[in-house]
Amino acid sequence: MKTLESVLIKHPFFENLDKPYLELVTGCAKNVKFEAGQFICQHDDEANQFYIIRHGKVALEICPPGKAPVTVQTVSEGEILGWAWLVPPYRWHLDAHAIELTRAIALDGQCLRKKCEEDKNLGYELLKRLLPAIGRSMEATRLQLLDIYGARD
Amino acid sequence: MENFSPTDPMIPRSYRVKRKIRESHDTFTLDLQPDNLEEKTNFAPGQFNMLYTFGVGEVPISISGPMKESGHILHTIRGVGNVTQALNNLKIGQKVGLRGPFGNAWPIEEAKGKDVIIMAGGIGLAPLRPAVYSLFSQRQQYGDIALLYGSRKQEDLLFHKEFETWRGKYGIQVKVTVDTGDRSWKGNVGVVTTLVPRVSFDPSNCIAMICGPEVMMRFSALELTHAGLTEDKIFITMERNMKCAVGFCGHCQFGPAFICKDGPVFRYDQIKPFISTREF
Repeated sequence: MKTLESVLIKHPFFENLDKPYLELVTGCAKNVKFEAGQFICQHDDEANQFYIIRHGKVALEICPPGKAPVTVQTVSEGEILGWAWLVPPYRWHLDAHAIELTRAIALDGQCLRKKCEEDKNLGYELLKRLLPAIGRSMEATRLQLLDIYGARD
Repeated sequence: MENFSPTDPMIPRSYRVKRKIRESHDTFTLDLQPDNLEEKTNFAPGQFNMLYTFGVGEVPISISGPMKESGHILHTIRGVGNVTQALNNLKIGQKVGLRGPFGNAWPIEEAKGKDVIIMAGGIGLAPLRPAVYSLFSQRQQYGDIALLYGSRKQEDLLFHKEFETWRGKYGIQVKVTVDTGDRSWKGNVGVVTTLVPRVSFDPSNCIAMICGPEVMMRFSALELTHAGLTEDKIFITMERNMKCAVGFCGHCQFGPAFICKDGPVFRYDQIKPFISTREF
């Protein structure tokens, strides 16, 4: 049986993380499973989880008033879900639900924050990994905004 | 009209619409057959033809098939301008003028013995489809093949009915994404560049072929270089206002090159200084 630690170190987000830090992170971790269609979080809910996706696919949705929900991004194996656990007010910014059976490791946000406060080096290490993921997501959003496949003006 | 020249590149030859396939709400494929049934419809993957709707005008359209040499030729067209709308209005049996094929081809030979990444955005899959068919015809000559395809919405995806065959019969990795989706869409959502980390390939022994809007090609090439590909292994196809298609008129001049004559397929390191120049 695989341990949480052995699963985490194989995930791209934690690649080459020093063992002492990995042990600290593992202390906040648990396995979770979401059935297809099950909501993982909803907009403005308290954001106290950081998900490391192992298998499956998750849709990130925005629900415009009076309109059907729109999926703006999907995350799947090898990716992460959630950064709102790190910074106040610790609220989710969108809805997320599993498109298919999804297995993940949930890291407790409060637990992680506490450890990051106690060991700033761990906090910095996590931030260095989180920021590129947020940056990539922002760059992708900019490209989406360009609507590059639309008709030319 | 019966005196079309088979050899003069400036004079259109007479073709007829044999079949018309609706691909999406604004995109269709014309299956054209030469009036002269002895005429060969050979082309190299990546080349284009000039299609002429009589009394309206002429447009460059990439060849989108067929898979094997045959007596007909496919063009997949998005109806957005006067000429393409006129092409859209053609009925079975109606005539169209055709000049070509023009331009160079995708590096199918150079890709032998290597992994291949095909990256397409929107209607950009059409000029790449003959390349995909070419790879399939000698499948054992290539390593891993991956198709990364992005579109605006689910209903805009081209040739999606073929994807299962491409996966199953030819063993290629097919990853599709749309910019936005509703709950009926169970696939990926996000820009096509996000698919690069999701496929396996050896960046030290790989060729990438990209076709789509220029900004998409730029960011796709960037993502591929982040994944370890060098720019001389990335090929893109350019589109400009082509008129004569043989390098006389200069309408499609792009830096030192004429897209029609020197392209439309370019090695990325050779075209990059111009593609990334603002307002060029």
